[in-house]
Amino acid sequence: MTEAITNLVKLLATEPYRLLVFLVGMMAFVGLNAAYLVWVERKGAARFQRRPGPTEVGYAGLLQPIADAVKLMSKQLIVPAGVDRTLFRVAPLLMMSPALMSLAVIPWGENLAARNINVGLLMIFSFASINVMAIMLGGWASRNKYAIISAARVVSQNVAYEIPMLLVAITMIMVTGTMNLNEIVQQQAGAFWHWNLFRVWINPLMPVTFLIFYTCMLAETNRAPFDMAEAESELVAGAYTEYSGMGFGVFFMAEYANILLGCALATVLFLGGWQSPFGILSGVIWFLLKMYFLVFSVVWIRWTFPRTQFYGLLNLSWKILIPVSLLTLILSSAMIKLFHHA
Amino acid sequence: MKNSLKEIFTGFNSLVTGMRITLGEFFKPIVTVQYPHESLKMPKRFRGHIELVRDPETGKAICFACKLCERACPSDCITVEGAKLDGAKKKSVTEYKLDFTKCSLCGSCVEACRDNAIRYTHQYNLASTNREDFIMDLFKRMEDDAKANPMPETPKPEVAPQPPANEAPKAEQPQPAAPAQPN
Repeated sequence: MTEAITNLVKLLATEPYRLLVFLVGMMAFVGLNAAYLVWVERKGAARFQRRPGPTEVGYAGLLQPIADAVKLMSKQLIVPAGVDRTLFRVAPLLMMSPALMSLAVIPWGENLAARNINVGLLMIFSFASINVMAIMLGGWASRNKYAIISAARVVSQNVAYEIPMLLVAITMIMVTGTMNLNEIVQQQAGAFWHWNLFRVWINPLMPVTFLIFYTCMLAETNRAPFDMAEAESELVAGAYTEYSGMGFGVFFMAEYANILLGCALATVLFLGGWQSPFGILSGVIWFLLKMYFLVFSVVWIRWTFPRTQFYGLLNLSWKILIPVSLLTLILSSAMIKLFHHA
Repeated sequence: MKNSLKEIFTGFNSLVTGMRITLGEFFKPIVTVQYPHESLKMPKRFRGHIELVRDPETGKAICFACKLCERACPSDCITVEGAKLDGAKKKSVTEYKLDFTKCSLCGSCVEACRDNAIRYTHQYNLASTNREDFIMDLFKRMEDDAKANPMPETPKPEVAPQPPANEAPKAEQPQPAAPAQPN
């Protein structure tokens, strides 16, 4: 019996099966997370406002996501007259799939990654940009004024925030010397002061770099206070206005999948991935703990700050984040050249 | 340069302060009432629909169908009928209908009543999809109550022994002899 299991595991670890297993596993993981992050969001929102949140469906409302899914799936998928049918249908998928694909290179544990490729970081950033296009297409194809305004906003917002994010990514590549996410995590072994976040001897502005990355991640995933794309008070539901049923549901899930991806990437780059903060007992559990702490802080931020105005959003990026991230880039390259020259 | 740096720092500081406050709220107890499972206790002077008051000594209705309330009602939603029972000095009420679809809870009836025979209830869960539910037979309601507990435990609220200390004691008294204006 045990032999059969080991044989099965061995078989599943070989190439085509490994990919398939990971694909199914990742889809299940992202699907469950997207569903239950909605629950976390609602519970979190409620607690921050001193309400109990969902309590009716299941214990502590734990079956709420299932009820939501059933409701969304039972709705009619309306394609309004005069929209670009193909683009309208494709846009939600285009938003969901890059997040799923990018998660393939995330090292969840020491040996737990679908693909341990050398350009993991590059791949994530190249796929993450598709996200913008998906929202833009959704907004454009909807043939709705609100949606088009939202699409225009999304483009300018994401262009503005992609720059500091990539500058930070370049800083991190310089510091770590690799784009292989697994290797980046391995470099942060030891205790928590080996995490990139606290390696101030390489670059004294490392915590600032993390904050810039985090802020850009919020903006790229269109989360409050940067949720200009679906500013309810101004644009109804922004690019999602004309979507109904699961079309909207997929957009919604994709938003959470992107948050998950952003938090996972922040964990890998700055918080030492699966490494334990005490140098012993490293494992997946630490990765998940760190990632979900970041996810919680995303919810926390959403329910603390009001939405920024659009020019405030662009000012923050062009006047503060880009100069500061350029500064950290120059500073860390100078520090590496002067003190850590290999 | 110096100013903008300072601005960044104070701005960041204010963000951190905001987040600290919301996190503090996160761990505090819940303040909302979970309505269908629990509801608020109505304050003593809450003005729900009216009901007939029973005499604490006899357990019967105080009302003797003088119809002052019927006449005082601006919306014409009260119907009172009375009859003289055998051996009784006064008439006593035999029918008291309140059409709550028209009642605006103005309280003129309670004010008009000279003997404090009607009072406000504390009922507020009165939603219904059935119009007939709002034509209330208050006489039947009182009789049902009399069956459930033969002697009313609390006397009339107007002569409640301890009005709350912070309330003006007079405030709860209805005008005793205000002549009802027939409308």
